[in-house]
Amino acid sequence: MNLEQLRGKLYYQGALLGGVALITTAALALADRATSADIAAAQEKDMMQSITQVLPGQYDNNLLKDTLQLDGPNGEVTVYRARRAGRVEAVVFKVSGFGYAGPIDCMMGIDRNGHVTGVRVIKHKETPGLGDKIDPAKSHWIYEFDGKYLGDPPADKWAVKKDGGVFDQFAGATITPRGVVKAVKGGLEFFDKYRAQLFDEADGHVIDAADKTHDARFPLSNFPPHAGERANESLRESKITGGRP
Amino acid sequence: MSNTYARITRDGLWNNNIVFSQTLGLCPTMAVTGTATNGLGMGLATTAVLVASNMIISSIRHTVSDEVRIPVYIVIIATLVTLVDVSINAWAHDLYKVLGLYIALIVANCAVLGRAEAFAAKNPILPSGMDGLMMGLGFTFALTTIGAVREILGTGTLFSGAHLLLGPAFSFMEMKLIPGYRGFLLMILPPGGFLAVGFLIAAKRVIDRRRASPAEEVQVAAPAAGCH
Repeated sequence: MNLEQLRGKLYYQGALLGGVALITTAALALADRATSADIAAAQEKDMMQSITQVLPGQYDNNLLKDTLQLDGPNGEVTVYRARRAGRVEAVVFKVSGFGYAGPIDCMMGIDRNGHVTGVRVIKHKETPGLGDKIDPAKSHWIYEFDGKYLGDPPADKWAVKKDGGVFDQFAGATITPRGVVKAVKGGLEFFDKYRAQLFDEADGHVIDAADKTHDARFPLSNFPPHAGERANESLRESKITGGRP
Repeated sequence: MSNTYARITRDGLWNNNIVFSQTLGLCPTMAVTGTATNGLGMGLATTAVLVASNMIISSIRHTVSDEVRIPVYIVIIATLVTLVDVSINAWAHDLYKVLGLYIALIVANCAVLGRAEAFAAKNPILPSGMDGLMMGLGFTFALTTIGAVREILGTGTLFSGAHLLLGPAFSFMEMKLIPGYRGFLLMILPPGGFLAVGFLIAAKRVIDRRRASPAEEVQVAAPAAGCH
């Protein structure tokens, strides 16, 4: 039987489809293996770049490896901590606000005293020419936050001027800067709420001795200090659900 | 033989241009042509996929049964696009930050499947590769032109961001044509894409009609049904 006749047979067509699927899947799997490490490294570099933008200055630890997972207003927040001589000097994390055309993601840095070290928008879908002035490439508006804290301006003045606050809005676009101001304020409130955990201390005392042992044993690991606690919780939960029929 | 290649070249670049004549691939066209640079990048990435898919599909054209050819072609094209996507992400990450959003859109460009079906499935490997290259370059030309029109009218610049796509040596391409231009938002937004494409297609038809002698009518290929 030659190829011409074979091509009309159902089993040949099935085998052909299967063969093509197998070959393409193999190609994708190989490509994934060859590239995943490089892609992860490149993304880490991107992350580091956006962290350095909101957190100027020299720190002696690897921020990407010194993280905390905390419950923020919109789900879990990964906090990157910058240390000098072992002491946490500043933290960087992502906050989200709602703009005119969807969520606006920002990275923000806050130092020990609660002052904003910088804010950068990393993802937005705002209208070009109107709302995109939150991008430092288009205008300097985002630098208005540098050095601000809850108190300067006072909490009720953390708003755009139209709402009685101190931050400029853009001509023709109020919703976008309002969203960013709200996100940054939310970030500062989040910082206040978790200040003790972020800096590993409460009233000058170490909260959790277990944290310290983690830190000592794995100085560069990204062990969230409450990983153990959370594991216990989920264990409890599974026991409870396990008890149900 | 050289006659064939000349015809393929003329078809791809002008007579049967993907955007201006076949009106295919309009989804990625509208999405990326806010600037000429983005159009150029998307065009070049599509060209790479077109050449590879045309050559692969031509090389297996005797093995594939007619009944299952469409799923086979689609799987091959989707795989190629993914391969291009992950390799650029891994090894040219700065380029990926500019083009990343668009590369996945190549799958949505039915011109790739259209060339596989209309040309590569019936022709030998080399002419198929040539067809992919010329169709791709024609697509690049169309996208860059649309992007340039929208960018000049919308923001008064041309090729802004070219150094991100082509390297710092090409920053000379970035021009500010209209100093102090206040911008014309409509052209940057999606409706501007439709306006620019419409006027450019009309312009091409006028040019074709002027060039054609009264006796011969300009052939316009009908777009594939249900494709955009």
